[in-house]
Amino acid sequence: MLRILVIEDDPEAASYLVKGLSELGHTADHAADGQNGLQMALLSSYDILIVDRMLPKLDGLSIVQELRREGNHTPVLILSALGQVDDRVKGLKAGGDDYLPKPYAFTELQARIEALARRPKSANQVETTYSVGDLTLDRMAHSCRRGETEIPLQPREFRLLEYLMQHAGQVVTRTMLLENVWEYHFDPQTNVIDVHISRLRGKIDKGFETPLLHTIRGAGYTIRDAAH
Amino acid sequence: MTRLTRFVRTTAFKLSLLYVAVFTVMSGVLLVYVSESTEDLMSEQVVQSVDAELKGLSDVYVRGGIRDLVETIDDRTRHPDASLYLLMDFSGNALVGNISRLPTIVLEEADGGLRRVRYTRLGEGTQEIERQAMVRTFELRGGFRLLVGRDLGDQLRFSNLLANALRLWLVVVVVMAVITWLFVSRRVMKRIDDISASSRMIMNGDLTERLSLAGTNDEFDRLAVNLNDMLDRIEVLMQSMKDVTDNIAHDLKTPLTRLQTRIETALREASSEEGYRGALESTLNETDHLLRIFNALLRIARVESMAPGSVMEPTDLKRLVAEIAELYDPLVEDEGGRLETHIPEGLTAVCNRDLISQVLVNLIENALKYGRPDNGEIVIRLSAKEKDGRVDLTVADNGPGIPDKDLDRVMDRFVRLEESRSEPGTGLGLSLVKAVARLHGGDLRFKNEDVGLSARIDLAPVAPENSRSGHGEGQSGQAGQPAGN
Repeated sequence: MLRILVIEDDPEAASYLVKGLSELGHTADHAADGQNGLQMALLSSYDILIVDRMLPKLDGLSIVQELRREGNHTPVLILSALGQVDDRVKGLKAGGDDYLPKPYAFTELQARIEALARRPKSANQVETTYSVGDLTLDRMAHSCRRGETEIPLQPREFRLLEYLMQHAGQVVTRTMLLENVWEYHFDPQTNVIDVHISRLRGKIDKGFETPLLHTIRGAGYTIRDAAH
Repeated sequence: MTRLTRFVRTTAFKLSLLYVAVFTVMSGVLLVYVSESTEDLMSEQVVQSVDAELKGLSDVYVRGGIRDLVETIDDRTRHPDASLYLLMDFSGNALVGNISRLPTIVLEEADGGLRRVRYTRLGEGTQEIERQAMVRTFELRGGFRLLVGRDLGDQLRFSNLLANALRLWLVVVVVMAVITWLFVSRRVMKRIDDISASSRMIMNGDLTERLSLAGTNDEFDRLAVNLNDMLDRIEVLMQSMKDVTDNIAHDLKTPLTRLQTRIETALREASSEEGYRGALESTLNETDHLLRIFNALLRIARVESMAPGSVMEPTDLKRLVAEIAELYDPLVEDEGGRLETHIPEGLTAVCNRDLISQVLVNLIENALKYGRPDNGEIVIRLSAKEKDGRVDLTVADNGPGIPDKDLDRVMDRFVRLEESRSEPGTGLGLSLVKAVARLHGGDLRFKNEDVGLSARIDLAPVAPENSRSGHGEGQSGQAGQPAGN
């Protein structure tokens, strides 16, 4: 369960968000303007802040900048109707951790929130080895094995699997993969990511009893041990 | 009054005032210097000749006594243009000479000092003219006093001539300077007034108005050219804004109306929960489609209004294309086709990685949808080459191509050829490609090749100088910078 603060001025969008987050089992507070939001964020400790970019009194980017100046490093997801490449860069530069253009699918938001919450707090917390079930990925040796079998991976396949395993148990959307593995910030019309996933699946799941890489319909993918 | 005040306040007027003042002071200094040094030079000549004569005459006195001296002086006074002489005995009677009426002090103080005196000359009839001279008086042995001098008439005339010439010159120069600067400042004011008037006209709404050029290619013309370029850019931007709003109004109305009809139908006819669910699901699909169109339109508008310099940086095209090929290779392979890349090593261009990547993606996806040959596997070829200082980036397929009459039309917004209506899509993919090509200073061109269709865009290659001007921000090549966002 996460404590989440939603700073959003549109009442309908805000109540939709708060309701959706509560249904997922999180605790969500709501602030309707920028000043109020900044105060709440500074006074209580939240796990995640969801900040709309255009707000009355104090805009989203200023909130993030102010927070970071005060030494507050709560992960911030910026929501914005301005979804263009340069807006995104501005948002991240201001100190945001992720940027989601409006309109968004709730599953996309959910996946990103969970990814943010799981983010290592500092660099020395980064693990060098990931493992899910009997699948292990050694980031230092750039090797991957499942049980006793060594699995050869192309560099991009390695990064794809690395990202999935870093977020093991969480849903990762196609857009997140395209952004983080390929570093593109647009959505292709075709299922180009699906093809890469199915190739990866062919390498790590084919011939093994329990599949680890799952497709979540309407949302994305997740890698998890069926036993959990 | 207002016109005069305005004139007095102009930079041109202040500058000309300063210019005239500086010039006058400098001319004055020059005048004083020239006349003083001429005078010095001439006095020196006078002193030298007086000294020489004195020496000669005292030699005559030493050798031949007073009689020879009187004779010599008498002789010399008869020459035209003679110097001035006066010889007196101890009691002050003039023995010989050509001077009368001299201030007595000159004669009493016979110390050899140089004096400037007024005198009257003898031997010019009854007319006595007062003149100026430079004289020395010496006492000789025996109580005689000898005065030798030189008339200053020529010298004074020359000095006056010079002074008058210099004064006249000064006056002429100042007057000319004033006239020139008045003329220049009037011209300058007129040009500035013209520019102000035109800008006011443009501000009042006539965006097609342009500043006129004098054709002299001076700084005003250059300013006007730059302002006109700026106006052109503003006009294009405003037009594209208008186009986008028109498009949004026109093309979002259709799906919105469809959505409304579906909801109304569902409210009227559906009676079961499944009926409502079905209607909601179909409206959700419709809104997804709407949002895709909306985002695509916004992205195109954004690209069209971007300042090129702010989003581009030198990029390795081989790597950019290789990354896209790597992303799409498996997909094309699954569709039973092949993706080939032909990019020379080290080919770079000034571009935005994200936008050019999206262009390639749109063209590849287009080729996959429409470029499949009737029999056999589809081959998509990504190639680039440098040609005439531009970089040509081409995506070609081996499919049926499109009718020649439609080659240009396919790039327009929402145009979808009849054969493609059944495929999913917004009809905006190629419009975006075109906008990105334009942003990069190039264009998008389709061509039916011997086999298949090729889409070519051209980019500026990395220039040796200004290539570093694009501010990069990581991989997406993006930042706000002077060119303005």
